[in-house]
Amino acid sequence: MPVSAPNSQIIYDALKALGIRLLSVLPETWLVHLVTLAEEDPEMILVRLAKEEEGVGISAGAHLAGVKSALLMQNHGLLASINGIVSLAQLYRIPLLMLVSHRGGFGEEHPWQTEGGGVTEHVLDALRIPYLFLDSPEHVAPRLRQASALAEASLKPVALLLGRSLMWED
Amino acid sequence: MLRVDALRAIYPELSRCIVVTNMGFAPAELFSLGHQQGFFYLWHSMGLASSVGLGIALSRPELQVVVIDGDGSLLMNLGSLTTLARYQPCNLVHVVFDNEVLLSVGRSFTTATATGTDLAAMAAAAGVPRTATCRTEDELARAFADALAAHELSTLVAKVDPVGPASYFIDLHYLESRFQFQRYLRQLRPAASEGGPD
Repeated sequence: MPVSAPNSQIIYDALKALGIRLLSVLPETWLVHLVTLAEEDPEMILVRLAKEEEGVGISAGAHLAGVKSALLMQNHGLLASINGIVSLAQLYRIPLLMLVSHRGGFGEEHPWQTEGGGVTEHVLDALRIPYLFLDSPEHVAPRLRQASALAEASLKPVALLLGRSLMWED
Repeated sequence: MLRVDALRAIYPELSRCIVVTNMGFAPAELFSLGHQQGFFYLWHSMGLASSVGLGIALSRPELQVVVIDGDGSLLMNLGSLTTLARYQPCNLVHVVFDNEVLLSVGRSFTTATATGTDLAAMAAAAGVPRTATCRTEDELARAFADALAAHELSTLVAKVDPVGPASYFIDLHYLESRFQFQRYLRQLRPAASEGGPD
């Protein structure tokens, strides 16, 4: 499977370096290595979700309880989580850190991913959620640190879009 | 059974727990019985009370967490039952007040529990190890005390009348509640882990 194992490891290491101790996730192809890394890590609380919006609630609970968390999902999962993001994370000022695999962009071969790919950034803009792309391994650690810092300082959601060139070995 | 009476029946134990409520009239009724620092009222975000409770329960296994949910809210996040059952936090009791309607918008807006959907059976089928349906204050008080004593993930469905208080008003802004609750959980941190996340 051409999902990048080395880059998944770099992302996982950066999450650990930030002190993330709980990861909620609804897997998709690009995220499989990250889920395995979390599963094999005894220090990480991995929550496999039935639907992504649950992860917004779980991260809110973790934050109030003093544990740093992140939500890992596909961009279609972001679309499915919007009410939770607005009515919980934004309303209650939760520093929700979202790692979102950006399917349906340039290079996408699956027709069913393309609509979501086309609207993801517009939706983030409409929600006033700051975001950056992670497109190369050098982006990962610094941008994750910056995203986490902004989320904590603003007490608001921040998103990192995992790009094809980082996650997929074409 | 009135929900406010049901809440009153379990209030002595609730007041010692970390409680996350759903939206609607239930938080106003709980608040009217007496606010505690460990109570968090989740206005809006319909359906997510059980997920917030799970996040707290997994993050802080030493805390006893209670989620106050409703039939309409739980039906909006049914997958949460499967996630709760999957991780089975033994420090979480899930109380679902089932009045068979979306009361906030009026008694005529029934939920599927009015036509036979059995939420306790659904929780059991999802894998929640301890479930019950309670129809009186005594039944609920006993089931709730047993669930706390068993220290086991439990979903207790309390069938209540579709009656609420006159107003949703709580004299505690949701952000005030949020920061107060977070500060309280921080203060409850075991001394041994001072400075660390656990």
